Amino acid sequence: MPIVPAGLSRTAARVVGWASRRAGRGGGTTLPGVVLLKLRPQAVAELAPRLTRSLTISATNGKTTTARFVTACIKADGQNLVANPAGSNLLRGVATALLDADASEHATGIFEVDEAALPSVVDQLQPDVILLMNLFRDQLDRYGELDHLATIWAKMVASLPPETIVVANADDPTIYGLVAHRENTITFGVNDISLARSEIQHASDATTCRTCGADLIHDVVFIGHIGHWRCTKCDLARPEPGVVATTIELHGLEGSTVSGLTPTGPIVFELGLPGLHNVYNALAAAATAHALGVVNPIVAGAITDTKAAFGRAERLTLDNRELTLLLAKNPAGVNENLRTVMLDADPLHLYIQLNDRTADGRDVSWIWDVDYEVAFDHIASVTVAGDRAHDMALRFRYGGFDTTKLTVHDSPAAGLDAALAKVPDGGRLYSLPTYTAMLELRSILVERGVAGVFWDEA
Amino acid sequence: MANVRLCHLYPDQMNIYADRGNIAVFRQRLAWRGHNLIITEAGPGIEPSPNHDLWYLGGGQDRDQTMVAEDLVQRKGPALRTAAANGAAMLFVCGGIQLAGHFYVGVDGEKLAGAEVLDVETTAGDTRLIGDLVIQATIENQTHDIVGYENHAGRTKLGSGVQPLGQVISGHGNDGNSGYEGAVRDHVIGTYLHGPLLPKNPQLADQLLVWALGHGGQTDLALEPLDDSFEAHAHQAATIRANVER
Repeated sequence: MPIVPAGLSRTAARVVGWASRRAGRGGGTTLPGVVLLKLRPQAVAELAPRLTRSLTISATNGKTTTARFVTACIKADGQNLVANPAGSNLLRGVATALLDADASEHATGIFEVDEAALPSVVDQLQPDVILLMNLFRDQLDRYGELDHLATIWAKMVASLPPETIVVANADDPTIYGLVAHRENTITFGVNDISLARSEIQHASDATTCRTCGADLIHDVVFIGHIGHWRCTKCDLARPEPGVVATTIELHGLEGSTVSGLTPTGPIVFELGLPGLHNVYNALAAAATAHALGVVNPIVAGAITDTKAAFGRAERLTLDNRELTLLLAKNPAGVNENLRTVMLDADPLHLYIQLNDRTADGRDVSWIWDVDYEVAFDHIASVTVAGDRAHDMALRFRYGGFDTTKLTVHDSPAAGLDAALAKVPDGGRLYSLPTYTAMLELRSILVERGVAGVFWDEA
Repeated sequence: MANVRLCHLYPDQMNIYADRGNIAVFRQRLAWRGHNLIITEAGPGIEPSPNHDLWYLGGGQDRDQTMVAEDLVQRKGPALRTAAANGAAMLFVCGGIQLAGHFYVGVDGEKLAGAEVLDVETTAGDTRLIGDLVIQATIENQTHDIVGYENHAGRTKLGSGVQPLGQVISGHGNDGNSGYEGAVRDHVIGTYLHGPLLPKNPQLADQLLVWALGHGGQTDLALEPLDDSFEAHAHQAATIRANVER
């Protein structure tokens, strides 16, 4: 292909995005980037100088919610920003976002980035801050083995300029192992051991040391393999985090109160999102905001004011019932969702949609790594739908669940109606959809006038 | 009531494709018929008794596979070969079939010796063979379609001491071009099918249990039929998804 001038390429890309939106074919959140990268493969590197500074956010779980927290902090600090919408987190999504950047605005770029795409995004964008939050077993058909992702991240970290700040989860041994010997690193973690689980969960993905290969010991486990860990042989161990939650009070599904410390002093925030996983997301955002020079009172206020991202513990009202959407896409995430819904004292009604499309992972084996059994005694009804609804029914059947409390439906709309019909008036329904199932559910809700259209969201 | 003694090899290291689902199927399909599954977990360092009726080894990441390979050969190999010769039932899935053979040459070229339970050898290729997989298998004169998912770099070649588990109807199978999937010798089955394998293929699960009960001396014991309607629907859905162009 001949080299197309940058200006012409960018115009072409914008026209395509405009035409796509105009034709009602979606938000045009990636198509301009696809066109632009086709014409200018280094477009992200070429456009990156339009930003005053930039940061990337990557993880198996929590990218979108954490990007929301960080965005709130930057806005509250009075800075302009450029960001990619949730779900457009490959190189082309970043390219699309950069098309709209204007150097005169001195903006901060905030990009949530797919785990496998991170090295190529970092290579072109050269971000000032890189946030690495967690790596869990996820979509093996798409990402390959967890070790593979950890290895490409390790290579990426090793080739960073020394001035780049890496923000890393001290409590995830896979993540901390990448930065253990690196200057210019800020860590975050949880010290409040009252929230520990009694034992390591089945879906634990880090049992051996990345430095020497010996077994790791977990003195405390919070989520999956995340906790207070140390190697049994070498001196690699969880460090005292730079940004740390010292006391956490969980307030059921409403959220939590978190007291902690950053390198500049104490911080307290009221979190409006439930569960310990959201505490980690907030700490990751606080550490990132600290790296960008945002002061604690502004960070605390911004985190306190942040509401749920699309489908992440989002609550809606439908037929006089409260519907909570909890994106359910990998074992660690679903285990946290279950832990969260079990904070509800009433018998649980669950609506589970299992799809097996590319964005969900085509291999549905992962549902067998979820500890659904912990919730069985609390569950009043389960309704399942989706491409692989019967795989989910089998998961419950072989877990020992009473399948007379379970029904299977062919379409997501029929499933939703059936699930709602089982919930008493004024009660709550918890929906656990995979990614594409959540998009389907969202459009059903939009048709019924319940939810907004996601690409209009900031 | 009968007991089936299961030896689960490396449950903490070799469990990446939801292998515990297969164990749950063994447990529940016995329990629903009033029988009992007694599980021994044989991790690194443990030398299991060759008396177990049923043996299971699942898949792991390359790193985990490398870590357990030597222990498997040294500490489990003799018991596995004795048990196989005595008619115990065995299921080796994914990494399991690779380590059950003569050797496995990984992506990095490192050659791992296998447990020598199946006459197969495996060498990693440049690409991974990934996707829905449907095969037709004949076991004990019964022909079934078996459905699942595959995700492996290894290319497995069969020796004269084994038969393929089945013919590939849709998907890649052992090496992407022979048309064969898996390997069988007597009561020992190796396969790349996960998903996990057994929940959607209850006839195969029951066949392994019949062999295991036979090894334990319960040769006259018939397994009563169960209501497998969820299983049948899930099997059908997997077949449909395997035939969708995507």
